[in-house]
Amino acid sequence: MEAAKLTRINDFTWRIEPHGATRVPAVIYADSNLLHGMDEMVERQLSNVAALPGIVRAAYAMPDAHWGYGFPIGGVAAFDPAQGGVVSAGGVGFDISCGVRTLTTGLKTAQLREIADKLADTLYARIPAGVASTGAITLDDAEMTAMLQGGARWAVARGWGDERDLARIEEAGCMAGADPAQVSPKARERQRREMGTLGSGNHYLEVQRVEHLYDEKAARALGLRIGEVVVTIHCGSRGLGHQIGTEFLREMVIRAPEFGLELPDRELACAPIESELGRRYLGAMRAGINCALANREILTHLTRDVFREFFPDASLELLYDVSHNTCKEEAHLLEGRPRRLFVHRKGATRAWWPGHEDLPPELRPIGQPVLIGGSMGTESYVLLGCESGRDNAWGSACHGAGRRMGRNQAARHWKGKWVVKKLAEQGILIRSPSLRGVAEEAPGAYKDASAVVECAEQAGLARRVARLRPMICIKG
Amino acid sequence: MNPQVTSLSPHWEHFHHGADVGVRGFGRTLEEAFAQAALAVTAVMIPPGEARQKESVRIECDAPDREILLVDFLNAVIFEISTRKLLLGRFDVRISDGVLRAQAWGETAEPGRHEPAVEPKGATFTQLKVEHTPEGWLAQCVIDV
Repeated sequence: MEAAKLTRINDFTWRIEPHGATRVPAVIYADSNLLHGMDEMVERQLSNVAALPGIVRAAYAMPDAHWGYGFPIGGVAAFDPAQGGVVSAGGVGFDISCGVRTLTTGLKTAQLREIADKLADTLYARIPAGVASTGAITLDDAEMTAMLQGGARWAVARGWGDERDLARIEEAGCMAGADPAQVSPKARERQRREMGTLGSGNHYLEVQRVEHLYDEKAARALGLRIGEVVVTIHCGSRGLGHQIGTEFLREMVIRAPEFGLELPDRELACAPIESELGRRYLGAMRAGINCALANREILTHLTRDVFREFFPDASLELLYDVSHNTCKEEAHLLEGRPRRLFVHRKGATRAWWPGHEDLPPELRPIGQPVLIGGSMGTESYVLLGCESGRDNAWGSACHGAGRRMGRNQAARHWKGKWVVKKLAEQGILIRSPSLRGVAEEAPGAYKDASAVVECAEQAGLARRVARLRPMICIKG
Repeated sequence: MNPQVTSLSPHWEHFHHGADVGVRGFGRTLEEAFAQAALAVTAVMIPPGEARQKESVRIECDAPDREILLVDFLNAVIFEISTRKLLLGRFDVRISDGVLRAQAWGETAEPGRHEPAVEPKGATFTQLKVEHTPEGWLAQCVIDV
């Protein structure tokens, strides 16, 4: 993207002034290198979002923004129902509430190294991963409804999780306002045997070591100590979320004229928040969030079982669980007045600032943890929401590194076996059902997460606390 | 993007999208182009020729226009992949009065024998195009994976 076309606010913030049909400015958080590497489509898609009815203040792009569907990935936008604001199925995406959670273990790296191969094999055997994998849990329709209503709380109540995890999950593990009746039989059918599965693509379970601390005091508060082992899980709402996205996107595309919406891109399909379709989508999407929260809780339960076999005294504590693809009703100040806004985060993480009332008491003094995944060969990061986030992008931050190369291009460039061998030489064990999948996810196919989080910090979106280095990666 | 149709023979290809995969089918008829686009979805996971034709599935959908019909068809294919763990290597498509009826042949994915690379989540409206060119039909969209 050319900086010359944008208004420079500072070294890390750029603005596209309102033009044409846009109702608000667009704001891009990036340093000059990240901005230069950003697809031109980000600018076009962000301007399209800025033209949607009821959008307030600005359409935002995070430092890892890239070309998405309708909304850019790394896009954040808030809509006011009182001003005819909309909710967009495309603005949430297919993998509803795809997200990341990190668990501390209290184990030392050396303890893990002794049994790393066996641990990798056992995790791979017990965590269903990859295309066509199924979980050990099959849900009938009544249990499916209970899961869609209860989220991680449902999983805990059924014995697949730990009560103390709930406070460390957004929405305390259960998204309010879910309406399972709006989740179609097809969406339910896709999920019937997929609870507790990792999925494929960029989803993973990683055993990592804490490599560097940027803020020792905050790290201590989060249970992070240098040289200790943590586990990070990245996955979402599986087939159920995909089917909800598919069905509502179609209905919103077809019914757009009914709401007087002229869409420059059909993928921007949306409906007024205060419409029957908008309400139905919100009910289904919130049920999809609960599915993702339940899924990550079950995967955590399976992981704890495996670790218990190797380290009977180890206690895996949930540091935090963040969701990326959501639309949430939140309280914000708009022009100094409190308002209820519907904030879309598409490939972006909520990053509540210190003191936010939604945070559990132990996190309130420091802010919300923001978990940033790298690729399977590179660093991941733990950040915290910061005070300036209150004024920046509705308390949001980046979500990952973002791809540098398409999947086919990566598969042509690298062989899976070579990637596995090279990573093993660096002490990183890979287990995956698909070597082509590993090639498509090669570290070189991703951008540098370090540059993204450094920019997020300098732009005042979130601040760095710890850097994590992979040791074992179970790749779907 | 303005793809050139270079041959009348039905075929498929993938086209570039930053995070995901574009699927494109070419055919002498609309039906052939749709069938080829569906093969391109299978090719996101495995080479379509590797799917043995051991079982078949029927797909039916209708839509207000040809482009939405393509999205519906590919999403119906993805539903079969997701729920029946099917890898489909052959498609026979019929379209009449906006109604698509198809039969597809393939086999259940077997861990160890197949190594599907990545799971298609849904067909999107991004770069969606169904058009008749002087050389034949083209059907394309981006698949979220």
